[in-house]
Amino acid sequence: MMNHQQKDELTGAVRDALLHAVTHLEPSLMTRLDWMHRETMSATKVLGADDAKKARYEASLEVLEMIQENLAIADATGLPMCQDTGMVVAFVEMGSDVHFSMQEVGEALDNGIALAVRDGFFRNSVVSDPVFDRENTRTNLPAVVHWFPKESGGLTIRMMLKGFGSENCSALAMLNPTAGVETVLSTILDMVRKAGGKPCPPIVLGVGLGGTAERALLLSKKALLREVGSTNPDPRYARLEQQLFDSIQDLHIGPGGFGGPLTALAVAVEHEPTHIAGLPVGVSISCWADRKAVVQWGGAQ
Amino acid sequence: MKREILLPFDAETISSLKAFDRVLLSGTVLVGRDQVHQRLSLLLQNGEDLPVPLQGETMYYMGPSATPDSMVIGSCGPTTSARMDPFVPALMEAGLVATIGKGPRSPQVTEAIKRHGGLYLIAFGGCGALYATKVVSQQILAFGELGPEALVRLEIREFPAIVGIDSRGNSVFS
Repeated sequence: MMNHQQKDELTGAVRDALLHAVTHLEPSLMTRLDWMHRETMSATKVLGADDAKKARYEASLEVLEMIQENLAIADATGLPMCQDTGMVVAFVEMGSDVHFSMQEVGEALDNGIALAVRDGFFRNSVVSDPVFDRENTRTNLPAVVHWFPKESGGLTIRMMLKGFGSENCSALAMLNPTAGVETVLSTILDMVRKAGGKPCPPIVLGVGLGGTAERALLLSKKALLREVGSTNPDPRYARLEQQLFDSIQDLHIGPGGFGGPLTALAVAVEHEPTHIAGLPVGVSISCWADRKAVVQWGGAQ
Repeated sequence: MKREILLPFDAETISSLKAFDRVLLSGTVLVGRDQVHQRLSLLLQNGEDLPVPLQGETMYYMGPSATPDSMVIGSCGPTTSARMDPFVPALMEAGLVATIGKGPRSPQVTEAIKRHGGLYLIAFGGCGALYATKVVSQQILAFGELGPEALVRLEIREFPAIVGIDSRGNSVFS
């Protein structure tokens, strides 16, 4: 059972975490943005005045500079860094050390989101019905919540504020079981090429391999929820992450889609067992405004 | 080097701007996104009056976040332009000259821009807090029930953007 005080505390923790996420990026992503800015500036400087790439690189550099300025303003004013404050996607891990019900946690989560939406001047971006009414719920609820039981430990709520410019670029491919790593790579690169300048590059890429169709897409979101720059513990998949990271740069989409030298800030791949007849590939893209929050309650993380 | 532009656009200014040119826009723009475009298109199809004439106007694809008490507007960066592509030819036919958004456009939009001597400007995606500091005033013109998707008039000052498609159809994406 969750008592009143615990409920208030969990609600407040969700609220505070989201208010921070809507105005600040995680330190490792800030480091990557600095890296991309530095590299793009060096690459631009060495171009001759009549180089065909010059206008593209300069525009890309300006995008990266505007992003830095924007983040400074968000920090100073408390305004959301992006007006698309997204749909909240939450992965809730319920460890056996915490004796709360799903309903109790769900209510605290919803209340925390509602408070953050009000106090952080979020945009009301959720509609009640996808096809017919499309009436704005004016609360940003419901969130998309995935529940995972855990044998031990506490409660962990991982959230992202998922903007839809990038979410609309999500993709699924059901490859043949014999496809192999080269086909996996080229399939994912085709998806990123097709997204092009639409998802607000530079991007963070989440890839889910295996499971079923819906599981692969869920894994791609799980990948996005990892700390930026973390690697898959399996060295083969870590190598795949690196190959994707390098190959995406070669697509020359560039910040804002202007064709600069760098496009990917990070790539994360998650994998799970699958069926003998298939190889599901799910892709979720995050814009550079990859806003995430974690709430930990009891137990070790 | 950023060129300062006063809105509304005149034909001379438009024809002098080239893809990749950096600009700072000051003056007024209309704001609308998916629902506004669908509604305006329906009104045009049915031969009905629009809530505001589009002649000479610039449309900014944007839906702001909530406005704090101390500010004119909340976070207000551009949304993905491609979703508005199907509506652009009809709106330009009705007088719209320029659009502001983010990301690539369809060949049909480039064609319409060439045909009408228009312009597509790219604003900096995700930079909503920065753009909030470039807005002087906002006024809801129509469809207020759509909340952040209403048709709005904005006055902007030194609003940064890059020319994405110029009046000759040259595009930063080609």
